[in-house]
Parts: sequence; C-alpha cells; structure tokens
Amino acid sequence: MSQQEERISYKKKMEAKLNDSSLKAGVKDAVPIILGYLPIGIAYGMLAVNKGLSPLQTTAMSIFVFAGSAQLVAIEMITAGAAVAAIIAMTFLVNLRHLLLSASLSLHLRNLPLYYYPFLGFLVTDESFAVAMSKLESKKKKQRYFFGLGFTAYLGWVFSSAAGAFLTEFINFGSGGALDFVLPAMFIVLLVMQISSRSEIIVAVFSGLLSLFFALTVEGSWNIILATVLAAFLGVYISGND
Amino acid sequence: MEMINFIIMIAGMVVVTFIPRVLPLSLLGNRELPEKVVLWLSFIPAAVLAALLAPSILLKEGSLYLSLENTALIAFFPTLFLAYKTKNIFYTVSGGLIFYLGLSLIF
Repeated sequence: MSQQEERISYKKKMEAKLNDSSLKAGVKDAVPIILGYLPIGIAYGMLAVNKGLSPLQTTAMSIFVFAGSAQLVAIEMITAGAAVAAIIAMTFLVNLRHLLLSASLSLHLRNLPLYYYPFLGFLVTDESFAVAMSKLESKKKKQRYFFGLGFTAYLGWVFSSAAGAFLTEFINFGSGGALDFVLPAMFIVLLVMQISSRSEIIVAVFSGLLSLFFALTVEGSWNIILATVLAAFLGVYISGND
Repeated sequence: MEMINFIIMIAGMVVVTFIPRVLPLSLLGNRELPEKVVLWLSFIPAAVLAALLAPSILLKEGSLYLSLENTALIAFFPTLFLAYKTKNIFYTVSGGLIFYLGLSLIF
C-alpha cells in the first residue's frame, strides 16, 4: 500500500470511530453532567483564585486531578496552611470511593485490551459512573460510550473551572442559586433509573441515612464510602434471605 | 503557595486519584468474579447515589437542615415524582430546576 493510501485508510478508520453511535450517545448523555459541573467548577475556580492560586494553577489542577470534591478540599486545606502530605492523604481518602465505582464498572467494561483501562479509569467520576450504569447495558461498544461520556464531562469540568478562575478578576458571580439543585436532581433521577427491586430501595434508604449519620459524626469526607460499603453488605444480606 | 510545593502536591494528588480509579478496572476487567462479589457490586450504584444525594439536600454547613426554607429538600419530592414518571435525565433536571426556582420564589 502506498503511503497516501495508507493515510486515507487511516483517516477513514478514524472517521468511522468518531461516527460511532455509542461514542455519540456518550457525548450526548454528558450534557446534563456538564450543566451540573458548571456551577461547581465556577465556584471551585473562583474559590481557588481567591485563596491565592493563579488561574493557571487552578486550571492545571482540574486538568490533572479531575476530582471536584477533592479539589475543593485541597483548596480549603491550602488556605489553612496544611502540609502537602496531608493534602495528598486527604485527596486519597476523598477519592477512595472510586475504588468501588471502578470495581462496579468492571462488570461492564470487560475483556478489553489492558491499555484501555488507564484512559477509561481516569474518567471515572460519581456522575459518569451513575449515568453509565443506567445506560451501558443497551450499548454495543460500551468502552466507546463510556469514553464519549467521560471525556465530554472532563472537558466540561476543565472548562468551567477555568471560566471561574479566569473570570474571577472581572466578575463576582456570587452563589449558584437554582444551579445548586442540578446535581441533586441528577442524583434523584439516576437513583430512580437504577432501582429495579425492593432490596435496592431498602439499600438506597439505608445508605442515605448512614451517609447523613457519618457526615454528622465523622470528620473528613468518610460518609460516602462508609455508607456505600455498609449498605451494599445489607443488600447482599437481604437478597440472601429472600 | 510556592511553585515547587504546588507541583509536588499536584503530582501526589494525581497518583492517589488515578490508582483507585484504574486499578479495579484493570485487575477485575479480565477475570470472573465470585457470585457474592458481583451481587455486592450490583448494590453499589444505588448505595453511592443515595449516599451522595442525602447530604446534598439535607445538610447545610455541616448540620441537619430540616425546614420549609430548605428549598432543595422541598423540591426533592416533586422532582422524585417526575423522575419516577419520566425516567429521563433531561426532563427531570429541567423540571427540578423549575420546581426549585418556583419554590424559592414562594418561600
């Protein structure tokens, strides 16, 4: 094959990949996630710049770390003068729940070449996970769907935190108002779509209560992971008794 | 914050964020899992979502916020109903925003 032909066939392959219906569906399903990220990203960007990071540093953190709650915690800790090691340890704790999400996703993203997993794994967030779990079942190319979904959401996060960081010097946004309700509303519908049995309802109610309890009693963002682990055990227990 | 400290911090944060995200996928993705583990994992989505949702509507600055002025809490009920009826993310999020806006005008 001549070089030119090779290049044309490569281009065709790329076009076919980009036109893939699973990929496109993923990109489309990321829109509500981005709407939810906008107020949080802008708030993060503004906060970070107000606390003394440069807009570039603020954006760099979003590009490399891509973990909203951990980034907000890190900013709070920088302000409080915490040691770098403490900030890293806290980030680890806040993001430990991704272990569960990633393990749970592995039920769907199976038997792929190993080099796929770093890219797919980097895109695991509460939101991409939740949307993917309610949609993956019906998708032909699950890895492409997840990539389209996760990468689009990632761009949304980087963009909104950059917007917050760079605009802070010009505009004072104040509170997010109704936009604060975007993520809760998304969690509600994803939860409803997720539930298909009585035991799942019990698990969800129990997990919510536990999460509140731990948020009120345990320092640091342990509540999500503790509640999730315990509630999932309860689920196994009640399914065993049915 | 000094640049060198910032770079060390970011590098550390990248490592501790990346490992929990990637390791389970790459280790479990090509392996058969015991039935009990699969069952346990199947409850994770509902559990995580509820664990994220409850504090987002019931807590304010670290304490319980049970009040008619808690717009998010009041808006939760019609939004839940809408979610149940439509099972559609876009409709529910848009509807939820409208409920929230409406309620914050009333209360």
